[in-house]
Amino acid sequence: MKVSDLINSGLFELVNEGSNTDRDISKLFCCDMLSIAMSRAPSACAWVTVMGNINTLAVASLSDAACIVLAEGVRLDDPATAKAASQGITVFRTDMPIFEAALLIHDKL
Amino acid sequence: MTPANIVGMAVVNGLELIALTDHNSCKNCPAFLTVAEAYGMTALPGMELTTSEEVHVLCLFPGLDSAMAWDEYVYQHLIPVPNNEEIFGKQQIYNEDDEIIGTVPNLLINATDISFDSVYDLVGSYNGIMIPAHLDKSTTSLLSNLGFIPPGSRFTCAEIKDMTKFHEIKKQNPYLDNCRIISDSDAHYLEHIRTPLYTLEVNSKDPDDILQALTTKP
Repeated sequence: MKVSDLINSGLFELVNEGSNTDRDISKLFCCDMLSIAMSRAPSACAWVTVMGNINTLAVASLSDAACIVLAEGVRLDDPATAKAASQGITVFRTDMPIFEAALLIHDKL
Repeated sequence: MTPANIVGMAVVNGLELIALTDHNSCKNCPAFLTVAEAYGMTALPGMELTTSEEVHVLCLFPGLDSAMAWDEYVYQHLIPVPNNEEIFGKQQIYNEDDEIIGTVPNLLINATDISFDSVYDLVGSYNGIMIPAHLDKSTTSLLSNLGFIPPGSRFTCAEIKDMTKFHEIKKQNPYLDNCRIISDSDAHYLEHIRTPLYTLEVNSKDPDDILQALTTKP
């Protein structure tokens, strides 16, 4: 599944479209600690998390995640939203819990 | 921001007490304290520690020796990931003349393996005090990451970012009735260094008296 497919599915609210929506999502990754994610998040993953910190975006860049899905109604604050836009990172949000959100994506992979 | 222009800005803004609390590092404190002394500004060396739970805790020290010893300990306990300058920016060490004298190789925004519960005794053993940072923040705060103040906690000073939340946070966390609550610039950019807003009553400007005042319930 491509990032653009996830956008078009309407499953989650789109926070920032990102600059590389043609890329594939090949894996799911669920983790809320940046210190773990930065060395474990697989490239091309959809990263589902409740860590809505500005550094989530940096870690997503570092690990070459395909997109971020913020769960449990978590929001990026204004500086983080601006950073997502400037870095071209695709970010979604949902009120769903992490597992349910990840499962929805997994069923489409 | 450099140690020199941070102190300069604080002087211009009329502040009387400043502390330098870089993430997981005290390496710019030597320059910071040298410049502060030259300006006659009361300054404390410190650090904003990231615990293993990714909770931020301010650590303040009475002098440079204890701060730098703590810095060495923390660096050994920082989960080692090389910094990526393109993504996270540079991690530079300055002297008092704004000259870059070094770079820190491992990513300082990463967590350490130091658990929150161990911080009180650890920092105390280096003659410092601990202040859980920005309790009201929705990420990287004690309350956001652990959900509550852990039983057995002993800290007696805590920081809030937005003082309008003071009563709400105290009401939700009765433990804080025994704490001094502070708020400060938490400046990550020069223009965020505040003008004087809050006061701290101290016996003297000696660092030990300041740390004593900070950890004594008003």
